[in-house]
Amino acid sequence: MDSNFFFNVTTFAYFAAMVAYIAYVVTRSSQVAAFAKLFSIGGFAANTIALGLRWYESYQILGADGRAPMTNLYESVVFFAWSILLIFLLIDWKYKQPALGAFVVPFAFFGMIWAQFRLSASMDPLVPALQSNWLTYHVITCFLGYAAFAVACGASIMYLIKVGKEEKADGPIGGILGVFPSIRILDEINYNAIMIGFPLLTIGIVTGAAWANYAWGTYWSWDPKETWSLIVWFVYAAFLHARFTRGWVGRRVAWLSIIGFAATIFCYLGVNLVLSGLHSYGG
Amino acid sequence: MNAKNTSSPDHIWDFFCSLKLTIFTLLALSVTSIIGTVLQQGKPAEEYIREYGQANYELFKKLHFIDMYNSWWFVALLGLFSVNLICCSIKNFPRVWKFVTQPLLVAGDGTFKNSANKAQFTSKESAKSLAPRLSEVLKSAFAKPTLTDVDGSLNLFAQKGIYSRFGAYMTHLSILVIMAGAMIGTIWGYKAYVNVVEGTQTSQVWPRNGSQPIDLGFSVRCDDFDVTYYAGTTRPRDYTSDLVVIENGQEVLKKTIEVNDPLTYKGITFYQSSYGPAGNGSFEIEVTDNKSKEKLAVNSAKGQKNALPNGFFFSVDDFTTSYDSFGPAAKLSVVDPDGTRRSPFIILQNHPEFDERRGGDFSFALKGFKEPQYTGLQVAKDPGVWTVWVGCFLMIFGSMSAFFFSHRRIWIRISEENGKTQVQLAASAHRNQAAFAFKFEELQKQIEATIENKA
Ligand code: HEM
Repeated sequence: MDSNFFFNVTTFAYFAAMVAYIAYVVTRSSQVAAFAKLFSIGGFAANTIALGLRWYESYQILGADGRAPMTNLYESVVFFAWSILLIFLLIDWKYKQPALGAFVVPFAFFGMIWAQFRLSASMDPLVPALQSNWLTYHVITCFLGYAAFAVACGASIMYLIKVGKEEKADGPIGGILGVFPSIRILDEINYNAIMIGFPLLTIGIVTGAAWANYAWGTYWSWDPKETWSLIVWFVYAAFLHARFTRGWVGRRVAWLSIIGFAATIFCYLGVNLVLSGLHSYGG
Repeated sequence: MNAKNTSSPDHIWDFFCSLKLTIFTLLALSVTSIIGTVLQQGKPAEEYIREYGQANYELFKKLHFIDMYNSWWFVALLGLFSVNLICCSIKNFPRVWKFVTQPLLVAGDGTFKNSANKAQFTSKESAKSLAPRLSEVLKSAFAKPTLTDVDGSLNLFAQKGIYSRFGAYMTHLSILVIMAGAMIGTIWGYKAYVNVVEGTQTSQVWPRNGSQPIDLGFSVRCDDFDVTYYAGTTRPRDYTSDLVVIENGQEVLKKTIEVNDPLTYKGITFYQSSYGPAGNGSFEIEVTDNKSKEKLAVNSAKGQKNALPNGFFFSVDDFTTSYDSFGPAAKLSVVDPDGTRRSPFIILQNHPEFDERRGGDFSFALKGFKEPQYTGLQVAKDPGVWTVWVGCFLMIFGSMSAFFFSHRRIWIRISEENGKTQVQLAASAHRNQAAFAFKFEELQKQIEATIENKA
């Protein structure tokens, strides 16, 4: 069994988890929620094994040039899916709100589908510019940060769906929205996920700068990728400060979180697919 | 009307301290930064004109969009950002300092009444005998408390994580430190480049934005430049240059640099960045006279006419590093003694026997091709870079302590009234309240269990 097999298992498991979480929102059955969690954990385990195997296989195919599986668009997407599940499971462990899965696991599932159907999984040796341990530190921290923002975005979407209804109705609301966490909890999940993601993004930017300085002699050159990562950083810094002021809580910070994640995705994919720059993904 | 609120210096001061300004500046920086990622920066005028037309180019120039990260308005936004940071720190720091140096050892009635975390017990035991035991509980379950006696009521105060109060300030300071580092680098450093041909040396480099060369104060020689490929492919694996630093005629430092592994001497760093051909290459050709079986080694440049025995000549007309899948190949032609040029033919470096089959007076084998290269070096001097790293470290450490650690405080008041002893608890955390509430509940139970003789 090779890494490819386990990536397939991962995709199936994330699909099953996604369907089960949505089914949970509709049926409110705790049994369905238990299945959803099982699929998530199983998929995460398969994803972990697949990444490990691909790392091992890189040494078999490339000999001494083997490397951690974080060097091209395909590998980064499957690592992103892994990170999303990791952060989601951590948040789920703390808050025990299965409905959140219906809004977070799809990010991981669609990432896997995209990687497997559209992206090249070929394992090529690295061009000289990428042969550095900084690459690994940089990618891990950035993607864990992005994943935390994905979870925050999912919680913010739920918040916005729920808040309007809750304001209109007095008393608890039933139906599908009844299994959504309360808006207070959603707001807290949003905030906590960003508190996890922000320092990780900061470390990601700093390791990127350290690497650029080591490889080219400039830690900052305002290339589009760097600039977009700074834009993302600014948006989340604004989010965090907005939480300190009255009048900015609730809807507005939920929107900021969604805008932040949109900027994150643009920083990750849009810059390479739309703009041009130094970074290799998608090139 | 309150005079303090209307005086304009206070207005200005409050404006520069305000969080609203922070949010505005952060979002303004985000939005304006996008311009420079969509519009390529620092290109020659013709490129913009070709792409966007003359009128748009004039507009871009007027708005400084072509070099926007150095434009007055972008720098001004960054300046506003720093002023905001400095002002809000000046405003708030004394309060935080007071928090740290003069902790609230004795809580007032309001605290015991209004805290999110509070509890109350009564006991028949005297305050004097209760206090040491509660003190022990606090010490083992939370932190060592301070005891203050106020008119007979005994007050315990314990706290943890006081340093997280500094987290935000450390983060804010870090941004200023990073900006200072960047400024030091801009003022006292430079970014330059230089091309060094193999076997030669240079003591000057060319700045990115300037026409006057910079003297290094020492020389750098390139002994060799090499590209290595992954086995069986044309994918470059590495670019390396053997560099030697020469100062006052002495070789002081030798290093083979590669991409991701530069050389640094006296604060000046040399990075492998590009390479290229420098002048004519030379072919090493072995000629066999098919009649006499004599062999002859010839070194020839491209296009050069080389004499052969009996009045023949040959020249190397063309060269490629990969001829289909056969590897390096050269195109040669032979000229007869009477001046007629015969049709050209190909020889392959990896198949030296190949040309024998052609027949003719001579057969040729390509032994090698040497082409002098230059190595393109990026040269950087940045005395601010360590300041930047210190700032980055402060930022990571500061933002983590601001987010993940919270300042937690617990107050206990033990007072005797009408023959009964009253124990009041209050606690607060400045962050992560939910987790702290949970912890407080446990502590409350422990304290309750400690109190005997409940009334
Ligand atoms: C990594 C980035 C940052 C973090 C983690 C951070 C954290 C914080 C925290 C925790 C506070 C609350 C302080 C308190 O209540 O005493 C705060 C307040 C504030 N921050 Fe930041 N900050 C960051 C970046 C910035 C930036 C870039 C600016 C802007 C220029 C800024 C401006 C402010 C201002 C004006 C306040 C208001 C303080 C007050 O009114 O009490 N911060 N920040």
